[in-house]
Amino acid sequence: MSARLPLVLLALLVLAMLASLFAGKVWLPLAAFTPDDPRWLIIAELRLPRTLLAAIVGAGLGLSGAAMQGYLRNPLADPGLFGVSAGAALGAVLSLFLGMATVWLLPAFALAGAAIAMALLALLAGRSGSLLVFTLAGVIISSVAGSLTALAISLAPTPFATAQIVTWLMGALTDRSWADVAMAAPLILVGAALLALTGRSLDALTLGEPAARSMGVNPLRLQAAIVLGVGLCVGASVAAAGIIGFVGLMVPHIVRPFAGHRPSAVLLPSALAGALLLVAADSLVRLAPMASELRLGIAMSMLGGPFFLLLLLRMRRRLA
Amino acid sequence: MSALAAESLALRLGETQALAGVSAAFAPGRITAVLGPNGAGKSSLLACLAGMRVPDSGRVTLGGSPRTAFHPQDLARRIGFLPQDGEVHWDIDVATLVGLGRFPHRGRWGENAEDRAATAAAMVATDVAHLAGRVVNTLSGGERGRALLARVLAGTPQWLLADEPLASLDPAHQLDVLACLRAVAQGGAGVIVVVHDLNHAARLADDVLLMRDGRIVAHGPPAQVLTPALIGQTYGVAVHMGETPDGLPFIITTARR
Repeated sequence: MSARLPLVLLALLVLAMLASLFAGKVWLPLAAFTPDDPRWLIIAELRLPRTLLAAIVGAGLGLSGAAMQGYLRNPLADPGLFGVSAGAALGAVLSLFLGMATVWLLPAFALAGAAIAMALLALLAGRSGSLLVFTLAGVIISSVAGSLTALAISLAPTPFATAQIVTWLMGALTDRSWADVAMAAPLILVGAALLALTGRSLDALTLGEPAARSMGVNPLRLQAAIVLGVGLCVGASVAAAGIIGFVGLMVPHIVRPFAGHRPSAVLLPSALAGALLLVAADSLVRLAPMASELRLGIAMSMLGGPFFLLLLLRMRRRLA
Repeated sequence: MSALAAESLALRLGETQALAGVSAAFAPGRITAVLGPNGAGKSSLLACLAGMRVPDSGRVTLGGSPRTAFHPQDLARRIGFLPQDGEVHWDIDVATLVGLGRFPHRGRWGENAEDRAATAAAMVATDVAHLAGRVVNTLSGGERGRALLARVLAGTPQWLLADEPLASLDPAHQLDVLACLRAVAQGGAGVIVVVHDLNHAARLADDVLLMRDGRIVAHGPPAQVLTPALIGQTYGVAVHMGETPDGLPFIITTARR
């Protein structure tokens, strides 16, 4: 990996975060950046936590995506595949359904949902260490959690609750506070550390499971680190911001041509690029000229479609 | 260097008894060709020796101590394994691929001079140094086979276990790989290689291990094992054996029995 890429991405990320502090329905002049200015409140209590959260969540999702793709050796693997995000979403939806969605309870429900999904995943996949069983277990959990979420929407006690659930599911960073940062940051940090340690084993896995095993990779330990790392990152992300798709899927693709294809070389740039993408996107949705703010989750899906169309066209040209 | 041995290995894979009590000792510095019909248990034996599979009963020993007594990383340094299907999942280049062979040796903080030297030596030994910057998945079959072998050699293992490294290679590249294996054995390492071609076994191997139905039919020097009678009985074919002008044997299967 060229050592320059992370530095370039880091510089861009810092710039994007600074810009994100200025941008919004209310553009802030430089004069506002002093604690004496009344507009400082907007910065300190709204934009700063929101920008930080966008960076943390983006980094967690980008890194999870890179680790998942490396682990499953599939460039189309998405962190959502494990069912952890579906589980976290179900937890959050339940708190909304029960009318218990306070600042602390909604993330707590979401994290509990993520934890249950991870436990189920470990239970279903068992000690086989097989990727196929593992992926299938993730698909089962995803679809069950998804159907239960749909059930909750259809049985919601009031139209207001329905609207609340549907809106929350779309994912956003609107009006997030320091409490959300305090909840998500430590969890994503621990998850990211776990994933960063898997890099070398993911490289060995490039040669397939038998070869990796013969090189001293412990498949069960690797699986545990990936599940826990992705679970923490994705669970905390969903708890803080709802479901924001495509980041984990897209970012490693964008990074690979610059970072090289070795899975470990993709990890750090993916975390930085994920943060950059989400900070930039979250600034842009604030600027979109609409009555209510464009939901970040929707914006990312809208980016995702054309992105994969581009990828498909490029693949078709290469195959032709 | 110490001997590698299988002691009464038994392994069941689903409905089939892949190994039914296999005992064999392998000496370092020699090439052992493992031969036998499809489903004889050759790959299963290799998988047990390499630690890919845990036998239902029996054990694998290295220098008299059971495999389980060693730390996995220590074993990975001593025993290099070249799987049959040489999968490479990402578009990594040859130098990166071969560098992965240093995995069991490397510390957490990247490669050192020794790693780089071993990687370079392995690439020279397999004649892939000029391909260092090429993406593995764009190589021809022969180049790919050699690059994959270089990955294992970069780990400087005391034992090289290779599952059909000659499959999908043309005759010239088969000879190249055979020469590589010979050089590895001359360097003092033990080589255990699954092959299908009786002639390769006859010309290459110091020892031949002939298997059928999860058991060992014969184990010894090629001249003793590769006889028309034993081959015919093991494979169910009739064979004609002759000698090339340079005095080496050749074997042709003539009919199914």
